[in-house]
Amino acid sequence: MIVLNGQQSDVRAGETVSAILGRLDLPLDARGVAVAVDGEVVPRAQWGSYALAEHARVEVLTAMQGG
Amino acid sequence: MRETIDTPADAARNGAPASPADASPVSGAAAAAAAAAAAADELTIAGRTLRSRLLLGTGGFPSLALLADAIAASGCELVTVALRRVDPAARGSLIDVLTDAGVELLPNTAGCHTARDAVLTARLAREAFATDWIKLEVIGDEDTLLPDAPELLRAAEELVDDGFVVLPYTTDDPVLARRLADIGCAAVMPLGSPIGSGMGIRNPYNIALIRERVSVPVVLDAGVGTASDAALAMELGCDAVLAASAISRAQDPVRMAAAMRAAVHAGRLARTAGRIPRRLYATASTPDEGLPDLGPG
Repeated sequence: MIVLNGQQSDVRAGETVSAILGRLDLPLDARGVAVAVDGEVVPRAQWGSYALAEHARVEVLTAMQGG
Repeated sequence: MRETIDTPADAARNGAPASPADASPVSGAAAAAAAAAAAADELTIAGRTLRSRLLLGTGGFPSLALLADAIAASGCELVTVALRRVDPAARGSLIDVLTDAGVELLPNTAGCHTARDAVLTARLAREAFATDWIKLEVIGDEDTLLPDAPELLRAAEELVDDGFVVLPYTTDDPVLARRLADIGCAAVMPLGSPIGSGMGIRNPYNIALIRERVSVPVVLDAGVGTASDAALAMELGCDAVLAASAISRAQDPVRMAAAMRAAVHAGRLARTAGRIPRRLYATASTPDEGLPDLGPG
């Protein structure tokens, strides 16, 4: 189990960041998307290889109106 | 006896234009040339040239369509965006709208209360939007949304060291603004009054002092409520104005965007034209010479 955007998720440990983006229907080349795991930025180049650990806190962020 | 009630800042401004680029005496046939020069009056921040001195905050627009129309009416080239959790139910893509509008993005760190959160958010924004530019906000109080000065300085220093082009949202404190400029911020963005308050520029003397004390561009952020506030900011010497709520929450945002565009332009022209000194007593604009003797009344 991991925590995805503050919610318990059925994503299992070992899945990649890319897999999570796929579940959210986000294209991997999407401009305006960023991912943090446990408070650290996961660079775009690592999305395909970064495997999530059990209880990882994953934040998937995108552009919103603001400022 | 005539008395001036100008501040030293006013006197300095009235005595000499703020910079050689500002000096353009206008006379007769030169007016057209001066107008053309003013039209090309560009702003450069960290090597990026902007023809518009109005920056737009994208927050608060009731729809993306209205945002797109307001961008067009404002003539702005740089708009702020925030980073938030992906909402699977969200409709329409803000990024697509902004890309279609042809504007550059200035991501912000809105909602961050610590240097750590702001730095991490800036790094995420760099990843998301492929830009080193960041409007740095570190909020110290929930009710006023005023900046937390020590955290702001800490975050700014770290981000400058990390290669970011940092535009910090700051209080109207000239000393803090100078500290931010000294550590390498590309511009400073003092508030006129609290975010979204529409209270205008509460301390114009401080804004004028900031303009005198730092050499980087000064962008008035926060507090603008209507067009005259934006014009005043430019008259005080600000290099640009960022407006968000004043436009997005106006009854007619597109019309207000056009008003802000005109106000920023007018204020900039007035600033570079060099205003007359304020005086307590009248100064006749019509000469006394040649006044007829009309006899006893």
